[in-house]
Amino acid sequence: MSVSDGRISRLRVTVTVIIALILAVLPLPRWMDIARPYLLLLLVIYWSLSAPRIAGLMFAWLCGMAIDLLKGTTLGQHALAFLLVSFLTHKFQLRIRIFPLSQQTMTVLFLVFLYEGLVWYTDGVLGHPVTTLARWIPVLTSALLWPVVVGILDTWNRRSR
Amino acid sequence: MVTLSSDSRPIIGRGPPLGAGLFFLGIVSVVVMVLDHRGGYLDTARLWMSAAASPIYAVVQTPYQAWNWLTGSFADRSRLRTENEQLTEQLRVARTKLLRFDALTEENRRLREIREASAGVSERTLIAEIINVSVQPFRHMVVINKGADDGVFRGQPVLDAFGVVGQVMQVGKSTATVILITDAEHAVPVRVNRNGIRSIAMGTGEDAKLSLPYLTVESDVRRGDLLVSSGLDEIFPAGYPVGTVTKVERNATDTFALVEARPLARLDRDREVLLLWADKPKVPAPEAAIEAEKPAATPAVKQ
Repeated sequence: MSVSDGRISRLRVTVTVIIALILAVLPLPRWMDIARPYLLLLLVIYWSLSAPRIAGLMFAWLCGMAIDLLKGTTLGQHALAFLLVSFLTHKFQLRIRIFPLSQQTMTVLFLVFLYEGLVWYTDGVLGHPVTTLARWIPVLTSALLWPVVVGILDTWNRRSR
Repeated sequence: MVTLSSDSRPIIGRGPPLGAGLFFLGIVSVVVMVLDHRGGYLDTARLWMSAAASPIYAVVQTPYQAWNWLTGSFADRSRLRTENEQLTEQLRVARTKLLRFDALTEENRRLREIREASAGVSERTLIAEIINVSVQPFRHMVVINKGADDGVFRGQPVLDAFGVVGQVMQVGKSTATVILITDAEHAVPVRVNRNGIRSIAMGTGEDAKLSLPYLTVESDVRRGDLLVSSGLDEIFPAGYPVGTVTKVERNATDTFALVEARPLARLDRDREVLLLWADKPKVPAPEAAIEAEKPAATPAVKQ
């Protein structure tokens, strides 16, 4: 396996992941904390689409484990959800890639919804259900953030070709 | 759109098929979840992996520490003086209280000796700082800057100057996660300080509310009663303040009264908490009873 995937290097992926991890634990006021988008999940989707050789299933799984570790949830819970999203992204990669941005955002909304659903379900299985409707807010904010993430990362990738 | 920067080489023939990867990693995830959930088989793994996470905490912490340092260094003199005066005053009050406390401890020890019950009173504490990171939005947890390297263990009681804060839930090398008593999954066995009625104070998931669901309508609980830990869980030592009763509603048709309490610890304002190593009260064994017969020869070791 080559170190670079076209124009995108492993270093670049790592840097974005570290930034996303920092933003995942950055203390925010309560109302913002509830709506905090899943930036790392968006990155996993983005890199799975644009650099599938680097960002494979294992990459997504490790990102999920990192979230489990930082957030203090049961190990493997977010890893499983990341894995599912990554699998679907890879499966339909060729299609999602050529979607117009609006349609892509809808797909991401669906993927993040699946993710949250799986985390919600495993929460229940593990015996600490969080049933408030507020837990679904990040699904919306994440989908809204998708065009921004794509805009920033595409610009960055294009400029330093 | 992602297309612009996408690499357009064929994706066929790049390692194992997707389905196999999903299956394998899915199984691994489930196994890891079960191991972690049932009895914490992965505590050691978590310990070491959290060491890898600590640089991220450090990065998040740096601006806050820098700000604290700046405000600390440029604090003006008059403010420092008033603060100093206040602290001296507080220290004086605390000293006076402590004098009485010493006498009481001594009396308590004597009484216990008379009853031949040897409950350990020696305790060790360590101050830990709360790391300014956000964990899960709907749980009440905090991360502290002491971990296994400092001797922190799972289930260790955590206090502040006003009462019980919570207990250690996960331990890392140099950090630990503390679950607060207000978390919806936490419960502390308590007793009413006035008359010793035992109950359990459960967290509600709200910031300043504990609920005591197992007090019958006849039980003698009043608004303003102090709740202290009863020590029956063998996690929290007995006698530490937990909360005050804020609401008692008795409905004659119900079996249980609706009792709510407010935690005394300043859960939302704390910057520093106290980790406690308490000697477990031993069940009075024959040997212990013999030892307790000669108290005059061995003066009690304090702290």
